[in-house]
Amino acid sequence: MKRRQFIQKSTAATVLAGVGGLGLQSFGSSKTKKITILHTNDVHSHIDPFGPDDGRNANKGGVARRATLVDAIRKENPNTLLLDAGDIFQGTPYFNYYGGELEFKLMSMLKYDVATIGNHDFDNGIDGLYAQIPHAKFDFVSANYDFSNTVMDTHVKPYKIIVKDGIKIGIFGLGIKLDGLVDKNMYKETVYLDPIEKAQDMSRLLKEEQKCDLVICLSHIGYDYKKDSDKVSDLKLARATKDIDLIIGGHTHTFLPKPTIEKNSVGKNVLVNQVGCYGLYLGKVDFYFNSGKNIKADGAAIVV
Amino acid sequence: MTIKQTLKLCFLLLIFSCASSKISKIEGERLTIDENINPKTEIENFIKPYREHVNKDMDNVISYAPETYTKSDGELNTAIGNLMADAVYDEGNPVFYKKTGKYIDFVLLNHGGIRSIISKGNVTTRTAYEVMPFENSVVVAAIKGDKVNEMMTYLANAKRAHPVSRQLQLTITADNEVKSATVHKEPIDVTKTYYVATNDYLYNGGDGMTFFKPNDGLTVLDYKIRNVLIDNFKKTDTLHPVRDNRFIKLNF
Repeated sequence: MKRRQFIQKSTAATVLAGVGGLGLQSFGSSKTKKITILHTNDVHSHIDPFGPDDGRNANKGGVARRATLVDAIRKENPNTLLLDAGDIFQGTPYFNYYGGELEFKLMSMLKYDVATIGNHDFDNGIDGLYAQIPHAKFDFVSANYDFSNTVMDTHVKPYKIIVKDGIKIGIFGLGIKLDGLVDKNMYKETVYLDPIEKAQDMSRLLKEEQKCDLVICLSHIGYDYKKDSDKVSDLKLARATKDIDLIIGGHTHTFLPKPTIEKNSVGKNVLVNQVGCYGLYLGKVDFYFNSGKNIKADGAAIVV
Repeated sequence: MTIKQTLKLCFLLLIFSCASSKISKIEGERLTIDENINPKTEIENFIKPYREHVNKDMDNVISYAPETYTKSDGELNTAIGNLMADAVYDEGNPVFYKKTGKYIDFVLLNHGGIRSIISKGNVTTRTAYEVMPFENSVVVAAIKGDKVNEMMTYLANAKRAHPVSRQLQLTITADNEVKSATVHKEPIDVTKTYYVATNDYLYNGGDGMTFFKPNDGLTVLDYKIRNVLIDNFKKTDTLHPVRDNRFIKLNF
């Protein structure tokens, strides 16, 4: 395996350092739990692999291959979640012919757990999205799209909590500003709310009230906008919030070879990841949890 | 150890035993999906009937391209853009006339709306889907000459090869000022109403095109841009799109 490795060392001292002499090591049994997060974004109806003649993406992608890979990872670790950061629709004739039915059915067969809504998921109008909801056996989350005056009301929740091996995982969604990007006739009465404010609300709710062990943001706001520095992005979101462990992004089709490590508003590490588009790659982030002895208060070792 | 210290230790133990699990390590990696992974049979079999149905339509040869055409092969007008704008005029005009008894003056599309190249060789239905995957339809806005002038200023400043049909001629200076603009070889008359065909996305302000509103009326042709291309390609044995002087910039 050629991937570059480096370990970002924790800056914080362990909480127990001060009381180590009191013999706490003998207390309790330590158990490491592992949660695997798999993710895609901007698959854009790319169900079949690219052909051998395609210039950039030759022989890459394909849902049936992704299914084999996901199965193998789940076999190794049953405590695995599969997530998508939006723009499931639009990009091949499968969408034009079947309106997203095949995309949702296949994602259900791959046992996706949660997805968020991208701008292209409105391409057949909000009614077109609603029409495909019965084919999705997974949940949709968006904390900053208010769908209450639309047909999608109650079909998209701000967040979803999943418990795996006793680990409580909170997942919330964020969508991009629709005005100027999507025709109003398509998104109708969907209301876009400030993603940073909503993320602050969500992370507080999930971490402090719901006591989640892991907080994940599924974002379709885009990784970074160098030319448009006022525009909200995943990197800005990471810096302006706290208590988010992982931001899984989309929209900008950014091919990150490894997750980016950002410092949040209180100086803790946040991972930001995005795997380009078209199902060419699958993102994988493993979180190891310890309870009992040797608990670090902050700053897990990050190997990317 | 005093009682106080013992209590303190018990309290600490309580905290730690109740504390939620903490992240001790994170590992991230990117996995490539390629031919080294066997497709899952169950998924492959499920896709098969959908694929066969779509491919039967998509692989239908409807024209021929003697060259490869891309949206980057011209500064302010390209062969592929000219082909698309002219196709919207040629296919849309009879439909508009039938509905209203009037004629389209010219067409404006957007450069970003050309989503793929047309490759040398057989042109199939799939080509039309690749070039125009979106479901956008043709609309005709009745706008006054002053709005057409606003459009010309927009085009001069956009510095992009937004496709226009052959009825329009726009020349801009090296400083991106409008030098001359004509429709049917006539200068733009601010008092006249022009019937400009575009797509619903641009009509509603997409790509910052704000000059379609307010207007003197809108006609929805109920005709998808993609179907325009398919119909146009079917009528044309061999495509011969060319770059011309409909939208040009002077060197001085």
